Amino acid sequence: MAKKVQNAVPLSELVPGSKARVLTLSAEGMVRRRLLDLGVVPQTIIECVRRSPIGDPTAYRIRGTTIGLRKDDAKQIMVEPIIE
Amino acid sequence: MSCMCIEKRTELLHHKFGIAASAEQKVIALAGNPNTGKSTVFNALTGLNQHTGNWPGKTVGNAQGTFTHKGQSFLLVDLPGTYSLLPNSVDEQVARDFICFGQPDVTLVVVDATAMERNLNLALQVMEITDQVVLCVNLMDEAERKGIEINIADLSKKLGIPVVATAARQKRGLEELQERLLDVACGNIVPDPFMLRYSQEIEQAISELELKLTPLLKGALKARWVALRLLDGDDTLLQDIERYMTEEPLQDPSLGREQEVSPSWPQA
Repeated sequence: MAKKVQNAVPLSELVPGSKARVLTLSAEGMVRRRLLDLGVVPQTIIECVRRSPIGDPTAYRIRGTTIGLRKDDAKQIMVEPIIE
Repeated sequence: MSCMCIEKRTELLHHKFGIAASAEQKVIALAGNPNTGKSTVFNALTGLNQHTGNWPGKTVGNAQGTFTHKGQSFLLVDLPGTYSLLPNSVDEQVARDFICFGQPDVTLVVVDATAMERNLNLALQVMEITDQVVLCVNLMDEAERKGIEINIADLSKKLGIPVVATAARQKRGLEELQERLLDVACGNIVPDPFMLRYSQEIEQAISELELKLTPLLKGALKARWVALRLLDGDDTLLQDIERYMTEEPLQDPSLGREQEVSPSWPQA
């Protein structure tokens, strides 16, 4: 039963310097496992740190560690942007 | 693992893992996330008494070292740094296989004091596999610099295992770490790890599987943990059980390949 959230966007749309809270993870299989192991679980706060010169991958700050994610993988993480 | 004959274990370690432990040595598996100072802890404990090589048949490095504490000799096996023990990669599989099937006397999990949240994931996974766990909260010096305080006594109580704070770079806390390893290895302390409870549906499935698994496993692995992996759809575990736990090599061509790999120590 998916709860409807007004402003759910894929993580890939976050711009450097902004933060968001993880809502759901649509990735499956190995990618899902990996993301969960890295601490990408619902309610986790992720900060977009910077994008590489060609626009992909992007560095994200997740639970105290900076992790690079490809756009294809980041697209599979739905987040709710945090407006500060 | 008191139930297992020591000679048998020595042989298993030698043939399947390329590790030469003597009968009276206590074997310690060293696990941890990458960048937690795991190797610093390894070096600080073992000094120059090290031997590096590869896991048999795998292009993953392994380091073994020895140290003696209060007359007891220990063999410390440095596992690859991993975030998880669910075998997504060769590194993770090597780490998991050793903790599960190498029958270490103690598994020492090194965590980064500045990123506990991320690191405890691995500790919890190890605690699902074995009770013989000691937690080393390393990089305490960095945590202090960042103003992070960690209540070690409370953490130990909540996790049900010995927890030691260290700053391996400054050689802080190592004495106590050796003491706790000795305690757990010799049975002076019997850890009672916190068990993660899953949703009701999953717990129901676990208990059904546990009933069937317990007589099959004969205490060699925790039935609860195997049940969880089966529910996870982890096929690699079944292959590994066949590889490490069956007495006679099976007449399977894929297993035949394994035997060509030299079981002896790789020469440095």
